[in-house]
Amino acid sequence: MSKYATVIGLEVHIELATASKIFCSCPTEFGKEPNTHVCPVCLGLPGSLPVLNRRVVEFAIKAGLALNCEIPRFAKFDRKNYFYPDLPKAYQISQYDLPLAVSGYLEFALNGETKRVGITRVHIEEDAGKLVHGDFADYSLADYNRTGVPLIEIVSEPDLRSPEEAKAYLEKLKSVIQYTGISDVKMEEGSLRCDANVSIMPAGSKEFGTRSEIKNMNSFKAVQRGLVYEVDRQKEVLEAGGKVVQETRRWDEHKGITFSMRSKEEAHDYRYFPDPDLVPIIVEHDWVEEIRQSLPEMPDARRTRYVSEWGLPEYDAAVITASKAMSDFFEATLAEYHDAKAVANSLMGEILKYLNAHGIEIHQTRLTPSHLAELLKLQTDGTISGKIAKTVFEEMFSSGKKPAEIVKEQGLVQISDKDAIAAIVEQVITDNPKSVEDFKAGTEKAIGFLVGQVMKISKGRANPEMVNQLLREKLR
Amino acid sequence: MKLTGKEVAHVASLARLAMSEDETEKFTSQLNAILEFADKLNLLETKDILPTAHVLPLKNVFREDRICPGLERKEALLNAPEEEEGMFRVPRVIE
Amino acid sequence: MLEECTVAEALKLLGKKEISALELTEAALHRVEAVDERIKAFVTVTRNEALATAALVDAKRLSGEEMPPLAGIPMALKDNMCTKGVLTTCSSKILDNFKPPYDATVVELLRDAGTVLLGKTNLDEFAMGSSTENSALFTTRNPWDVERVPGGSSGGSAAAVAADEVCFALGSDTGGSIRQPAAFCGVVGLKPTYGRVSRYGLIAFASSLDQIGPFTKDIWDCALVMNAIAGYDSRDTTSVPLASPDYTAQLLGGVKGLRIGVPKEYFAAGIDRDVRNAVQKALNVLVALGAEAEEISLPHTDYGIPVYYLIAPAEASSNLARYDGVQYGYRAEADNLLEMYKKTRSQGFGSEVKRRIMLGTYALSSGYYDAYYLKALKVRTLIKQDFDEAFKKFDLILTPTAPSTAFPVGTVEDPLTMYLNDICTIPVNLAGLPALSMPCGFVNNLPVGLQLIGKPFAEATILQAAYAYEQHSGLAKKKPVLSGKGVPKDE
Repeated sequence: MSKYATVIGLEVHIELATASKIFCSCPTEFGKEPNTHVCPVCLGLPGSLPVLNRRVVEFAIKAGLALNCEIPRFAKFDRKNYFYPDLPKAYQISQYDLPLAVSGYLEFALNGETKRVGITRVHIEEDAGKLVHGDFADYSLADYNRTGVPLIEIVSEPDLRSPEEAKAYLEKLKSVIQYTGISDVKMEEGSLRCDANVSIMPAGSKEFGTRSEIKNMNSFKAVQRGLVYEVDRQKEVLEAGGKVVQETRRWDEHKGITFSMRSKEEAHDYRYFPDPDLVPIIVEHDWVEEIRQSLPEMPDARRTRYVSEWGLPEYDAAVITASKAMSDFFEATLAEYHDAKAVANSLMGEILKYLNAHGIEIHQTRLTPSHLAELLKLQTDGTISGKIAKTVFEEMFSSGKKPAEIVKEQGLVQISDKDAIAAIVEQVITDNPKSVEDFKAGTEKAIGFLVGQVMKISKGRANPEMVNQLLREKLR
Repeated sequence: MKLTGKEVAHVASLARLAMSEDETEKFTSQLNAILEFADKLNLLETKDILPTAHVLPLKNVFREDRICPGLERKEALLNAPEEEEGMFRVPRVIE
Repeated sequence: MLEECTVAEALKLLGKKEISALELTEAALHRVEAVDERIKAFVTVTRNEALATAALVDAKRLSGEEMPPLAGIPMALKDNMCTKGVLTTCSSKILDNFKPPYDATVVELLRDAGTVLLGKTNLDEFAMGSSTENSALFTTRNPWDVERVPGGSSGGSAAAVAADEVCFALGSDTGGSIRQPAAFCGVVGLKPTYGRVSRYGLIAFASSLDQIGPFTKDIWDCALVMNAIAGYDSRDTTSVPLASPDYTAQLLGGVKGLRIGVPKEYFAAGIDRDVRNAVQKALNVLVALGAEAEEISLPHTDYGIPVYYLIAPAEASSNLARYDGVQYGYRAEADNLLEMYKKTRSQGFGSEVKRRIMLGTYALSSGYYDAYYLKALKVRTLIKQDFDEAFKKFDLILTPTAPSTAFPVGTVEDPLTMYLNDICTIPVNLAGLPALSMPCGFVNNLPVGLQLIGKPFAEATILQAAYAYEQHSGLAKKKPVLSGKGVPKDE
């Protein structure tokens, strides 16, 4: 038992996948030439005025509902005032005291236990632009394409008790948001960003310690590493008889440390006040229900159903439902091939291996549910072996061809003809007297080598069960 | 005196205004005069009064999520004090 | 004299083909050349563009095309309305080189209506002031006496119309900035209901109070210009989705049976006796014409100025934060960002603007928000309730527009004294109501303004009463004599 308890709360910013920006009709599209997706409104030109994108509100309410929040009837926008060159109006339109969603929770599983974390609030705000700093240059360059891209900020209660929990929370949050379809939630591309409030206190204490705010953790791994570092740093400070200072610290991925962002200026005073250019949002009950109806089945519900309806092991259900694309693929495949466990095994085996190796999601490959179902059928009816199936997978991923076609083109049909196999078995016995001797002397594993030789000669096509059976018969 | 010179300097800093000592002194006395005048409001009991940030009873004013062409880049950069590679150039940021 | 024409008169001459749009525009440009050295109403004169537009109007007319309602009418815009490719300075050093890449909605509407933009007019920097003395460029002069101020902040627009430099002009009104200069210059000025005219492209001072409106030579013209600029705009969230009426339709309706409330607080000690008398006489005329008048009380009137001087600066402190030298406008030399911000803003803004930014920043800052800003929003509610209550019984409220006539340039130095100029106009902005100022008499050859306040979106009722009064008073025809007095002394 550690001497200290860790307290973590996360503030997660998620970019919403709308076509246009939050307050103007510029596209939200990513990666274009600098300052080409701008207009008087998102440039904050004198005289320009914001008009709210309806879909942003609907998406934020959707996120709130997916996170079990209450949707208050009245919400409004406020200005958060501060100067920075990536903020053209020198204020950010955000929500201060009356956000769109409050008092929710998110549950995730860690080490076999379910943990519930409170969601304080979900609010809407506009993104800032991008500053390019030269390494040695004494100036910066501002690009406002991203300015005004809609964001939601999801603030958790300080309910997380370890960096590991923080990572698990974040992964689950990503999954839930992905299911709602309101964002791509790609941390690497910046559509999901995470800041953390971290403090430690003596184990058993009820009173939280002084917290630091950690910024710039840009991947799930970075979140865990950054938090581990920060918790250790705070412990060292306390152990050395020091005090943790309330401050903002930045995670440096290369050096693997957090460092203080000391500002020469006085503490921020954002001077929030209601934005007079915008009017209140009144969310009537009917609107909330309409949005609730549009929510898809959430990962937890799916997981439970996979276990009860399809008899999948809890672990398999959790892995498959973590990604909506994977889970949708699973269900589409099941419609054509009814062995859930077999489908799950393919998804969690060859397919996941391929996806992880390429860093993509299943819908980004050329593989289709029908093709997977067809492949599994080919295995079931003995047309191909499990081993051959792996070869076919590779071809399916790269060419997108139907498995039957691949099997035919490459002559991969399984050899189940007893005589044909027997001929190869004879040849292998003749060519490998040493192994034959070993097996007869009681070295059981020598049979494995012999089977392997048969498979090699048959180019993997021999029915492995029949090979095994015939070998044992001949050597008896 | 409601505001001290030090507070005035702090407010100036929040508003990103540089201020000489003379100016600070002048603003301190002027702002104090205005704030004292504003004290009149404290004669009114407003505990149960709702604030009016908007005079209009408008709510839920939205636009649809549609894209329209904005400015050409050269129009966007037309007034830029300094420009480089299609971006606005600013002096280095010292944190 | 062509330049003396009202909009309606000019339209009639154009319609009968007695004059061309080009002649009308040339007459206006000649007038500007002849008098603006003394009046100093214009920041920018768009001479070539104006002549080109007028020629285009004439070409269309010749081809027999159907003409838009204000085709060929020369006009001016306060220099806080964005005009694509044309300098828009807010009379501030910080924007002295700013050419917006877009047009304000009212600019588009007036172009569609066929008007000819003659130029941009002077104002108190960022519309903060009551005399145009806060312009970073120069002080505009009152055509009735060039040693006096034209009022503000839309002093340039008011003076340009009063001096017959244009047929009409637009101004903006946050606390009286259309009505007070209209009163000082003896012209008609209307601040429409908040939300009636689009603010898109109006450079914001205090967003919850700002509203664009016309300066005209008479009431009929005011209705004509309102027809062109009023209406819903999807680019302004606070614009109201109501169809706007034909504002000329009700003008001949008379005042019989109209109920007019006369708030005693607006005739109190702070108001010049001569001004009170002139307004009282106007009221007598309206009663003689069949209106019913009754004294009422708007008990929270005195709180208007302190409420305004907390809310407007608070909003302004945020609205004016964008002038930081990054994207447009003035930028001071500096070797790091913070220095650049501070130098740019300190050198770019004048003292009144800085004073209000400071006041507003303080009112919103941590620890003072409730005591100042929130308190002001609550008292704003009380002021609005006063009007709501009065309008249950009355159709119009009648008051003076300003406590005095135009004062001499350079005589009001204390900011607080200057703020008191807006005592009769500010409560109207706080309540978002429409109100009009029109001449109702003269004191020492200086015009006195009468203010008529209406219910929300009842501009037509105001215009109806104003028209009846104007027909009786004949004051719309009274013109300042611009000869005689020389060029004002150098400032």
